[in-house]
Amino acid sequence: MSLSILVFAKQVPDTANITGQAMKEDGTVNRAALPAIFNPEDLNALELALELRERYGGKVAVCTMGPPAAANILRRALYMGADETILLTDRRFAGADTLATSYALACAARKYGSCDLILCGRQAIDGDTAQVGPQLAEKLDLPQITYVESVEWVRKGRIRAKAQIDGGYEIIEAPTPILLTVLASSNAPRPVGAKRLMQYKKAVTRSELSARHGGRDYEDANLLAAEEEGLRARGLWIYEWGVDDLEADARHFGLAGSPTKVKQIESVVLTGSGTKDVPPTDEGIRDLVHELIEDHILS
Amino acid sequence: MSNNPIGNVWIYIEQDGGAIAPVSLELVCKARELARELKVRTEGVVLGSEIPESLIATLHAYGCDHVFVADDAALKLFSPVPYQKVIVGLAEAHRPNIFLFGATVVGRSLAPRVASRLQAGLTADCTALRIDEFEDKASKRVLKNKLMQIRPAFGGNIIATIVNSWQDPQMVTVREGVMALAEPEEGRKGTVTPVPVALAPEDTAVTIVERFKQPSEVNLKGAQIIVSGGYGVGSKENFRLVYELAETLGAAVGASRAAVDAGWIDHDHQVGQTGVTVRPRCYIACGISGSVQHRAGMSESAKIIAINSDANAPIFSIADYGIVGDLNVVLPKMIRAYRARV
Repeated sequence: MSLSILVFAKQVPDTANITGQAMKEDGTVNRAALPAIFNPEDLNALELALELRERYGGKVAVCTMGPPAAANILRRALYMGADETILLTDRRFAGADTLATSYALACAARKYGSCDLILCGRQAIDGDTAQVGPQLAEKLDLPQITYVESVEWVRKGRIRAKAQIDGGYEIIEAPTPILLTVLASSNAPRPVGAKRLMQYKKAVTRSELSARHGGRDYEDANLLAAEEEGLRARGLWIYEWGVDDLEADARHFGLAGSPTKVKQIESVVLTGSGTKDVPPTDEGIRDLVHELIEDHILS
Repeated sequence: MSNNPIGNVWIYIEQDGGAIAPVSLELVCKARELARELKVRTEGVVLGSEIPESLIATLHAYGCDHVFVADDAALKLFSPVPYQKVIVGLAEAHRPNIFLFGATVVGRSLAPRVASRLQAGLTADCTALRIDEFEDKASKRVLKNKLMQIRPAFGGNIIATIVNSWQDPQMVTVREGVMALAEPEEGRKGTVTPVPVALAPEDTAVTIVERFKQPSEVNLKGAQIIVSGGYGVGSKENFRLVYELAETLGAAVGASRAAVDAGWIDHDHQVGQTGVTVRPRCYIACGISGSVQHRAGMSESAKIIAINSDANAPIFSIADYGIVGDLNVVLPKMIRAYRARV
């Protein structure tokens, strides 16, 4: 048996490590100042995909939608062991909410072709919505198992997985193809392989290759075409798809394809009034505890 | 169902074995407020097998004017595909204006599929909902009576108001504890429509072969005193002090998301936008910096005591008492002072 697995990943700002430098004067976060990372639970999805490939054989492809720089997480996926990578990038994808995002990813999955499993992380740390996985499953008319802890087996067009539910777990059996969303607790993503890093750090997208050659018009340059051929043969080619590469209704992409609109963004101003400072001394803390007991706040 | 120009306010009622999820009842109470303002009806949607009469009566008592009941053996346990099919069919037939889901594991699996199918916007983990008008720049129209979907956004001190500018329903998910539970009116009457269930074999191809569920032992929502630990606690071992203070005070143990993500404590303990919202008599925040997301889940506590080594931590801005200091020093002092007094 051999499995074809497609993993969807997202490059996200590292919201877990917001430092002083990333705060603007008005107290809001300067998103551009945050390092961009591979969304943590998408690494768990990729790890699960690689483990399943080791168990059953097959192929792991990783796809991300984002700005050109999102190619960096695809290189990381190659270092970890992915066979093939796809960057969905186009200005017309920008400003997408979860519905427009899932539409674009569904178009990409269709273009990629049939696969047995589609894997996503449970949620991305920049929005925490956990919506794109199930929306993508619905758009592809696939069943889904969310909050996957582990996959017991895949065989004969069926899968058995353990998934978290509120207050417990379920063991679920389902037909493939199916979409799974994977939890952080499911595994420990493997580190980047040094040998693979040396091998795949040269992997590029069409735009990156073109830029390397001074941004000359790629289509007309036979030289570049020959170079692309060589890179493809060595597995160093990151596929780059835009709106025009997908069979789709362009009105469903990006901001135009997003029903949710941001009406207002409010910065929260912290006033800091009325806080009683308590010194961290024996007396200070004793007086505080006594006051709270007398006021029936404690006990 | 209704002669109103706009649809009704719907709530997805999550139930398991006849027990309603607490968040669903909280949402019924909120839905009733919204429906009053919009002059429409509050309607619940419940799926399952052998759903008891008493469950429907409870929904009526909390404020549902009407309940759609899809009762079928195939719906005994939640499964995303058949549940989606039944709910989408209902929503297409009745066109609700607003559709509220609890942000439970079930709600987070189901609501996105329903929204995707209906081409509806869906906003996750809202912390407030209200009705207002919205000027849609795309269509250059002022839309009246829209649902303002309010949530903290993106890692920092930002609150975003989001609107679904397309056709109804306007869909959101809300965590448990965010909306207050009102008193039920025993004996309040409402109506019921049984929903015929017609599923194709492929709709039920996913089967649950084993299920383990036990009620959570963590009862943050009901706790009068909560001692919460954050990233500043520093390690799983150091959480021992948080537990010790909680035990001394007869308090429940909470945590910030950073502490949960670090693996020091279980998600059941998480307070905040993506955890539980609490309103205890006393909230003791230990080593919690106080992001908007965390404050959204505890700022209505009657008294807030913050302990943090960083004097500039935002948590101090909402604290009644602030102690700038090392937890490893402060918490043992609090434990000793309390034990000496009582």
